Amino acid sequence: MRSHEPRSSSSCAACKFLKRRCIPNCIFAPYFRSDEPKKFAKVHKVFGASNVSKILTEVPEEQREDTVNSLAYEAEARLRDPVYGCIGAIALLQRKMVELQFDLSIARARLARYTANYSSSPILNDRSSMTTLSEFPVACGVLIESFGQNSSELSQDGLMNDFSQFPYTF
Amino acid sequence: MINGRCSACKYLRRKCPLDCIFSPYFPSNDPERFSCVHKIYGSSNVGKMLQQLPVHLRAAAADCLCYEARCRIQDPVYGCVGIISLLYQQIHSAENQLAETKAEIAVLAVNKNFQI
Repeated sequence: MRSHEPRSSSSCAACKFLKRRCIPNCIFAPYFRSDEPKKFAKVHKVFGASNVSKILTEVPEEQREDTVNSLAYEAEARLRDPVYGCIGAIALLQRKMVELQFDLSIARARLARYTANYSSSPILNDRSSMTTLSEFPVACGVLIESFGQNSSELSQDGLMNDFSQFPYTF
Repeated sequence: MINGRCSACKYLRRKCPLDCIFSPYFPSNDPERFSCVHKIYGSSNVGKMLQQLPVHLRAAAADCLCYEARCRIQDPVYGCVGIISLLYQQIHSAENQLAETKAEIAVLAVNKNFQI
């Protein structure tokens, strides 16, 4: 006789996609709601359900939502741009940052020329706006001309400051 | 690969065929490269992604997948999206600084004009 255990009418998007029963402590359920089927479909296409599950089990529970959102973002970027994925976005943002740094240096040089004539102005006594460009981490300033395939260890600081491993500029 | 297996086939413990999709991009002298992408994407997904691309774009795709995989291994919560977020913050800050500096220039320019 078939079990009378009711089918879950609230399967998460992941279990619906995978066509399986959504168990009470399903690791996907809190983050892949049934009304967002495309979110899981994209993540599954790029990373695979098994890999997503492993990544989620490795992070603390309170960080899983952020993890899922960043995976969804990466998956979306990869599906939109199958060659460069998120790296394309990073390269564009880096270029924008370099342009801004350049504009800022020009503006500050111009301001310095004006302030040379107005040394008693109260505005000029506020040094907070006169900080140098070194306040911006190197992460946003390095244009890479070529890509090397060295697989050197990347510390968190290394990721932020060492774009010598960065693939491309656009 | 003329001799021996690529790092993907070594990792997967299989024969490396002549038309192996991985071998041009995962040489045997860099096993860590494939193990990173395999850990995050899985070899099947990586193979599919590369197959779907024109041959001349596969090297770029493999490089980017490696970079993203390494970012994700290093930061399992945010991966390379953490870098994007940081860049947006820095751009926002730089734009504010630029706007402030331009405003100061404008004030000084007006003052200078009044003094003429």
